Amino acid sequence: MSGGTTANLVRMANQIAANLAAHGADAAAAETAEHIARYWDPRMRAALREVDPAQLSAIARAAVARLDPAGAASPPSD
Amino acid sequence: MGYEPQPDFGTPAVKDAPPVTLTIDGRQVTVPEGTSVMRAAAEVGGAIPRLCATDNVAAYGSCRMCLVEIEGQRGTPASCTTPVRDGMVVQTQTPRLEKLRRGVMELYISDHPLDCLTCSANNDCELQDTAAQVGLRDVRYGYAGANHLDASLDTSNPYFDFDPAKCIVCSRCVRACEEVQGTFALTIEGRGFDAKVSAGLASDNFLGSECVSCGACVAACPTATLNEKAVKEIGKPERAVITTCAYCGVGCTFRAEMRGQQLVRMVPWKDGKANRGHSCVKGRFAWGYAHHADRITRPMIREAITDPWREVSWDEAIRFTAARLTAIKDRHGARALGGITSSRCTNEETFLVQKLVRGGFGSNNVDTCARVCHSPTGYGLAKTFGTSAGTQDFDSVEHTDVVLIIGANPTDGHPVFASRLKKRLRQGARLIVIDPRRIDMVRSPHVQADYHLPLQPGTNVAILTAMAHVIVTEGLADEAFVRERCDWDEYQDWARFVSDPRHSPEILEAVTRVPAADLRGAARLFAQGPNSAIYYGLGVTEHSQGSSTVLAIANLAMATGNIGRPGVGVNPLRGQNNVQGACDMGSFPHELAGYRHISDAGTRSLFEAEWGTPIDPEPGLRIPNMLDAAVEGTFKALYIQGEDILQSDPNTHHVAAGLAAMDCVIVHDLFLNETANYAHVFLPGSTFLEKTGTFTNAERRVQMVRRVMDPANGYEDWEVTQLLAKAMGLGWSYTHASQIMDEIARLTPSFAGISHARLEAEGGLQWPVNDAAPQGSPVMHVDGFVRGKGKFVVTEYIPTDERTGPRYPLLLTTGRILSQYNVGAQTRRTANAVWHEEDLLEIHPLDAENRGLKSGDWVRLASRAGETTLRALVTDRVAPGVVYTTFHHPDTQANVVTTENSDWATNCPEYKVTAVQVSASNGPSDWQRDYAAQARRSRRIEAAE
Repeated sequence: MSGGTTANLVRMANQIAANLAAHGADAAAAETAEHIARYWDPRMRAALREVDPAQLSAIARAAVARLDPAGAASPPSD
Repeated sequence: MGYEPQPDFGTPAVKDAPPVTLTIDGRQVTVPEGTSVMRAAAEVGGAIPRLCATDNVAAYGSCRMCLVEIEGQRGTPASCTTPVRDGMVVQTQTPRLEKLRRGVMELYISDHPLDCLTCSANNDCELQDTAAQVGLRDVRYGYAGANHLDASLDTSNPYFDFDPAKCIVCSRCVRACEEVQGTFALTIEGRGFDAKVSAGLASDNFLGSECVSCGACVAACPTATLNEKAVKEIGKPERAVITTCAYCGVGCTFRAEMRGQQLVRMVPWKDGKANRGHSCVKGRFAWGYAHHADRITRPMIREAITDPWREVSWDEAIRFTAARLTAIKDRHGARALGGITSSRCTNEETFLVQKLVRGGFGSNNVDTCARVCHSPTGYGLAKTFGTSAGTQDFDSVEHTDVVLIIGANPTDGHPVFASRLKKRLRQGARLIVIDPRRIDMVRSPHVQADYHLPLQPGTNVAILTAMAHVIVTEGLADEAFVRERCDWDEYQDWARFVSDPRHSPEILEAVTRVPAADLRGAARLFAQGPNSAIYYGLGVTEHSQGSSTVLAIANLAMATGNIGRPGVGVNPLRGQNNVQGACDMGSFPHELAGYRHISDAGTRSLFEAEWGTPIDPEPGLRIPNMLDAAVEGTFKALYIQGEDILQSDPNTHHVAAGLAAMDCVIVHDLFLNETANYAHVFLPGSTFLEKTGTFTNAERRVQMVRRVMDPANGYEDWEVTQLLAKAMGLGWSYTHASQIMDEIARLTPSFAGISHARLEAEGGLQWPVNDAAPQGSPVMHVDGFVRGKGKFVVTEYIPTDERTGPRYPLLLTTGRILSQYNVGAQTRRTANAVWHEEDLLEIHPLDAENRGLKSGDWVRLASRAGETTLRALVTDRVAPGVVYTTFHHPDTQANVVTTENSDWATNCPEYKVTAVQVSASNGPSDWQRDYAAQARRSRRIEAAE
């Protein structure tokens, strides 16, 4: 995974987390994880799991920890 | 159908009035109160002679041709201006009336050229017909008196001529310009014998005037005074076919009027449910691209993108393509392949492309141009209301009291709807415009916005939150509606959030640059309604918080109770003719047709059973992710139908790098577009005139597209996709597009009641069309939201990462103009070029002065992503610190400058905010010259060398 693409994924994950942060830290982490599972291709999710956690915001970091390592997308919630 | 002019009832229909019964020429007729005698007569087949009356403008009563006699009433009143009365007895043909009409007709004809046999309107002229109706046999005055026969012809407009020698000064053109189009470009200059139709000032010709070439005047003209050049060149049409326009998302329906396989003219269809008989310069006139010399009609292939193209047979092209795709799939796996569906193509064609990707390629790597326009609409409205679409029909605007336009420029982007909107505003509706630019809707003839909030680009969420703050804190919310229709707990959370003093207009003024008092006034006006409607466009969606803004719009509509009835609602103005349909058809990588998530096993199993193939349960790649993966080396092949991502998508350098990294790029299009410079296969496409299928417009209306001529390439686009599918081993066997729609209906609950047969019989239908709504759904969420309770979502304003600074001190925002359409592939190949030959950079006089720039100067436009050059237009239409340009011309490539920033939820690019610097330049940049040279090299065709 090139630096450019990794940086892009990190930015996207942090952006999602920031936009959901107003819902509260726990809810935001869960919603960020669900969003990534629902909309991201498996190779993007896999690459995100590999990034240095220090690059991620606290909510994004918590969200990545919730991502199913098997790679399956969560069922839709709405 | 054969050629018959459209029925004309003389005066507009009256709606929603009690019935009145009268007798006309011994026949009883019942019509709504307020109907004219002329129209009542027409309803029972009577044809009262008339010249100044036509049914798309109000009665005028000037020609004195439609006189009638009414029992108990003195004189001979004009039937066009006389309303019916219960029990009225009317005679339309008596010796007295005959004599009067013939006398009037003599006067008209005494000052009219007698060249009927060589006139372009011969046998299609109301003056000629009326002379026949009244039995004119002689003109007692002769023809030697003072007349206008030497008046000079105005040929300045590229599409129609104005011949004042043939004008009878009936004012139909002037009234159509005012009442139908709302531009007020035409007037009657002079009085009495000197009266003449004038476009603007006496010194103006049509091209130099305010005329927007919508064609309303041409359609209204009863003579050959205003007539299409194409009719003059070709002759009178001999048949007409109703079809749907392939430009914007309004979805105007037209009569394609033909001679043989030659299109003579496109005339707006009066029964069109979206356009109600109106048109714009694109749909009406800009169809010449269909037979432009640049059109490619033979398939072409090449081993490498550095090679010249080689024309081949369809068989060889399809075999070559299938072999490449299969080899890539075998070597790199299914997820290395993908496709892009087209919002320009039909539902049926779009459905097949995503079917090929999911069922043939074996991945969910399918996306569509909605990614770069309205994907946040899909996300936001699904989240809050439960449906990824607008809530109203266009007729709804006739019931609106307060219109809020945010991030849309309807007069340029959706001109026919803009005309309907302006008509409502002239009737007294109030208007709020939220836009960084002073768009035409802010102030134009007889339209003046109550509030124009010229916000700083990128602050939509802050503006809407501040409006919500005012509405909630001043007790203007419709809590009864919210309690009944929405989740009350979520509303309370949201209300607490927006009520926070940090969201007050006074605090946020520092961010939005909108005076707090104006914002408070606008919020109060919107809440006051009683029917308030929000119309929005890409100025909402193409931001890093595009989805948040859609959520905020939905919040505002729900909080004020403006959902679920005519006159209100959330109305995304969709950009392309079938962008709604492309989304409906499962063009997004995470969902199947009908917006059902790909991870849902039940939905997948329906498609798997129908298609006989397993479907990947994982979401696929979006367009920008495909390009990233291509650069990474994990994405290798892309089938692109009817899109030009190199010109339309952001950060051109990155798009080019992604395309260049792929092993097989297939472009299926009308022209060798910019993306085709990186393609290995070119499959010629067919125009909307050459195919059968359906488009779905912005009001969810599914309408028929009818083939009026044979495809120049030999195949409709769905047939080409089927050829490719068959070559890849799929057993598709469609013989007509209707069979594809039947499959869509079987698999998509909201389309369950739609078929070509039904659309043919009933006209357009608005989805959902199913057992619950057998006649379709003009207004959605009437008795409750599709998702159950309406969902309020807290939307925190988060500034974009794209910031101005010393290097890039200005903000660039982009958009489009009336005469050109998106990347210009079609409109640049028509005479519309006369209005917009090149993209221009609008810059405020202060910013221009600081840089020593004046209008017409070449300027360098640079961002951190890239730079280009174009000419400047100094104007206070933009605010200081903001510059604006269009993206219609590949020579400019405005997207060289735009960045990879995108919406947080959908990756919709942030086209509307790019930090830039503008400086003087000597002309096109080295990059532009290199690009032009590369494009020329890439378009070499071996057979032609």
